[in-house]
Amino acid sequence: MTDAAPAFERAPDLPPPASTVGVVGWMRQNLFSTWYNTALTVLALWLIWEAVPPVVAWAFVDADWTGSTRDACAREGACWVFIKEWFGQFVYGRYPIDERWRVNLGAAILVVCAATLFFPRFPWKAWVSVFLLFGYPVVAFFLFSGDVMGLIWVETPLWGGLFLTLVLAIVGCVFALPIGIVLALGRRSRMPGVRAVCVAFIELWRGVPLITVLFMASVMFPLFVPEGLTFDKLLRALIGIMLFQAAYLAEVIRGGLQAIPRGQYEGAQALGLNYWKAMVLVILPQALKLVIPGIVNSFIALLKDTTLVLIIGLLDFLGMIQAAGTNPDWLGFAVEGYVFAGFVFWVLCFGISRYSLHLERKLHTGH
Amino acid sequence: MTVSGDAGGAPARASFWNDPRVRAAVFQILVLGGIILFGVYIVNNTLVNMESRGISSGFDFMTRTAGFDIGMTLIGYDEASSYGRAFVVSLLNTLLVSAIGIAFATLLGFLIGIARLSSNWLISKLAEVYIEIIRNIPLLLQIFFWYFAVLRVLPSPRRSFELADAFFLNLRGLFVPRPVFEAGFAAIPIGFLVGLVAVALVARWARRRREATGEQFPTVYVSIGILAGLPLLAGAATGFPLSWDYPVLKGFNFQGGMTLIPELVALVIALSVYTASFIAEVVRSGIQAVSRGQTEAAHSLGLRPGPALRLVIVPQALRVIIPPLTNQYLNLTKNSSLAAAIAYPDLVLVFAGTALMQTGQAVEIIAITMAVYLTISLSISAAMNLYNRKMALVER
Amino acid sequence: MHYKTVFAAAALAVGLALPASSGTMDDVKAKGHVQCGVSQGLPGFSNPDQSGNWTGIDVDVCRAVAAAVFGDANMVKYTPLSAKERFTALQSGEIDMLSRNTTWTLVRDTALGLDFAGVNFYDGQGFMVRKDKGVKSASELDGASVCVNIGTTTELNMADFFRANGMKYEPVVFEKSDEVVAAYDAGRCDVYTTDRSGLAAQRVKLKDPGAHMVLPETISKEPLGPVVRHGDNQWGDIVRWSLIAMIEAEEMGVTSGNVDDMRKMATNPATKRLLGMEGDMGKNLGLSTDWSYNIIKQVGNYGEVYERHVGPDTPIGLARGPNALWTNGGLMYPMPVR
Repeated sequence: MTDAAPAFERAPDLPPPASTVGVVGWMRQNLFSTWYNTALTVLALWLIWEAVPPVVAWAFVDADWTGSTRDACAREGACWVFIKEWFGQFVYGRYPIDERWRVNLGAAILVVCAATLFFPRFPWKAWVSVFLLFGYPVVAFFLFSGDVMGLIWVETPLWGGLFLTLVLAIVGCVFALPIGIVLALGRRSRMPGVRAVCVAFIELWRGVPLITVLFMASVMFPLFVPEGLTFDKLLRALIGIMLFQAAYLAEVIRGGLQAIPRGQYEGAQALGLNYWKAMVLVILPQALKLVIPGIVNSFIALLKDTTLVLIIGLLDFLGMIQAAGTNPDWLGFAVEGYVFAGFVFWVLCFGISRYSLHLERKLHTGH
Repeated sequence: MTVSGDAGGAPARASFWNDPRVRAAVFQILVLGGIILFGVYIVNNTLVNMESRGISSGFDFMTRTAGFDIGMTLIGYDEASSYGRAFVVSLLNTLLVSAIGIAFATLLGFLIGIARLSSNWLISKLAEVYIEIIRNIPLLLQIFFWYFAVLRVLPSPRRSFELADAFFLNLRGLFVPRPVFEAGFAAIPIGFLVGLVAVALVARWARRRREATGEQFPTVYVSIGILAGLPLLAGAATGFPLSWDYPVLKGFNFQGGMTLIPELVALVIALSVYTASFIAEVVRSGIQAVSRGQTEAAHSLGLRPGPALRLVIVPQALRVIIPPLTNQYLNLTKNSSLAAAIAYPDLVLVFAGTALMQTGQAVEIIAITMAVYLTISLSISAAMNLYNRKMALVER
Repeated sequence: MHYKTVFAAAALAVGLALPASSGTMDDVKAKGHVQCGVSQGLPGFSNPDQSGNWTGIDVDVCRAVAAAVFGDANMVKYTPLSAKERFTALQSGEIDMLSRNTTWTLVRDTALGLDFAGVNFYDGQGFMVRKDKGVKSASELDGASVCVNIGTTTELNMADFFRANGMKYEPVVFEKSDEVVAAYDAGRCDVYTTDRSGLAAQRVKLKDPGAHMVLPETISKEPLGPVVRHGDNQWGDIVRWSLIAMIEAEEMGVTSGNVDDMRKMATNPATKRLLGMEGDMGKNLGLSTDWSYNIIKQVGNYGEVYERHVGPDTPIGLARGPNALWTNGGLMYPMPVR
């Protein structure tokens, strides 16, 4: 080794300037990078300062939580006693108090069965799914309405509250699904007659507001059926919701069908499968998997839309809260009621939409 | 779906019942026949039912005197007007609230959508919170909330908020002066129309020149100048033949001027706040759909950020944004039917409500109402399809 | 029986039609209860109490019919209806009778395919205003905003009244009566208008009932009564005479308390006919002979019903006024039971 020129020695890396790391750096980069960003940040902080403390004060600090009459609500803030006292009615409507266990039992069966589907390793998933789709509606119907096995008959006008909201949304969506699948297949059919019928049906229901569908269901359905045959009000609303939802689901499913590459159709044909076999065994399983998030989203939309039934006089969750708000003993707590309703709907819809995002990621297997 | 062939020989014709075309035809005839039969059955039931219940039918009622008043009318209407007139009045009210709602929802939606993409963390989070809260709460609930919130905040007519003795805001609505056009006023709109034509000509000339020589022309500023200048000139020449009818407190309410009823205000707020949360998501995904490469390519071509945005990014983003945006406009129009819940006299409340009750002709009235919404929807989707065809990328 | 709807849906699905029914009376007997359309909640007329039982003078008409048909006033099921739905529900056969403070008008009696079976409450439309408005008469209401319920005769009467007096007004129309009251209470309107009985009943739903007053004018006639479908005369007769029996009982002085004694001791032939001791009134109606006895025993006479639900001792606090018997200067005039 010769003694060469002093070896180039790399100076040690300097730490990044203090202003670009840590909290300060993050703030500089994300909040105060330019003069207008700074202005926006200040504006946003001011907005938060103006909005949040009064809401917190109203909803928590100054709120009344204990008591059982309206006299307990003497303070400035919200009167959550109102919600507490009416909670049972909000959830079950006018369902007889002694029979509420039936609703709870029905909900529990649903939750337990549905929960098993979330465990990837649960062995009897297929059976549970079949039960949920075909067995459960029957069981739930007899459980909720009674008149069998010693259960007393609970008329549907007594159904109400959150219970009714969920019944409308779930039944509407589950029964709309097969109709939606048939319509979507029909819309993609090569037979012009079938296609025309499906397109007309889908566009008709998608083109009109749900409220007119409900009006139609409540004032016109009775005219459509033979004399002497009457439909329960709830059933009429349900049929309207179902047809409406089917049209929306059909479009969602059509999106999935379109996303399946031609090769799959041709492959199925090459195997000698006829149309229905090709659809049921090859295409639909793939297409439906693709559109599960879409179906969930349209379920959320339906869940929000079920509130419209209060306009035709069904006492759903929101309807029940409104009715309670006009009770002479509890006047003046409409805001609490609306906030509570908003909160419950938000929790439901936000939770489901997060789950749907999760599903989307999990099911994204690619082709 | 398969046609079997004999080995060697000419393919044997499939037997009649196995011919896919015959099967398709038979199937379609069955489906259509079934639907027609079902339709006939329903119509027959309806007719029999109406007959046996003595419900009158037909559309004569449209010319009969309605006998009720409507709280807000854009065209002349009183109790002596016909049901047909009431229908038109309520339809106009529906279109009005939809139009205003669409304008505000678009404005707010684009604002929030862009805020959602802001590099400012706080602004972006606020936008996200807004979107996630608003779109997960039923619209009807929001309408009730705004209506009763609005009613709770506003003062009674005697204690109105007022501005310059001309604008009044109270429980009965927002009262603003109404312009009264006098003779000669037509010059101003004519000036504006002339300005529009001039702007179109200037824009064409500027584009031609740019394509020929590459020279830029400040079209936008010149256009604004022309559009503002010509009507002003026309007005100055005729001496502004316009006066105002001011609202005045008389008895219970303000008389004169123009009124925006609180139902309209609440409905517009609720509809635009709700729809904006969806539009914001549409805008965000539209902008994100334009790949970064496009921005970089534009910059490397020497385009400054402004023109790069205007000429490269926005046109591509709009291609993605416009179809779902139209969908949101349609939803807003359909959702305006919730007006019925808070006494805004729209098509559903007045026509499918009061008129239905007074005449009892449910079938005709619901059918007309649905047909109106269907027509609006179908014409907007038709326009959308045209646009899509025009804008669709020509793929290899 | 309860699954009729399900079977009906199934029948519809396969395109079968159930045989058209022969008459409401047979239907009612077959299903074992009277399906009665009532309001969604109007104190004094038809309102569910805390435990969900319906009460009110309209409800008692339903109960009277059930007592006449089945001998048991509790064999009624109630369908709460909005003003908008009520006629469709009746026309379609969803309900057997409508007893929902419904005004008897020519158009309803004819064009809507309905029949009014009588009047159980003579009413008229009135106006309620805040006392601090300083209004003493309806003729001072020029330019007022008026809150009103959709689909009622009220909406039309109001238009007529203001037009006839050359006054302007702003109608604010709501779907549900609770919404009307809430909007009026919030100050959206100067005036709340509905039947005077309705004003009295809804007043309890206001934040400060004492701050409001009902103007003296009655601007319309509102004979309220039970309604049945047009064309089924037998059922119409049953409803009509159930109502008349209640009024007749009051005129005869028969009450739910003394009806058993009266049955034993009555000497007046009219009373004996009413109580089924003489003649075959029940048979003519297609009912048992003790039909009217059951009504009076289980529901009471008209006066009792009135006092129980809307009379001066109730929160509604309405004096008999035009609803007094004709013998007391009122309009209640029962047709002779003979």
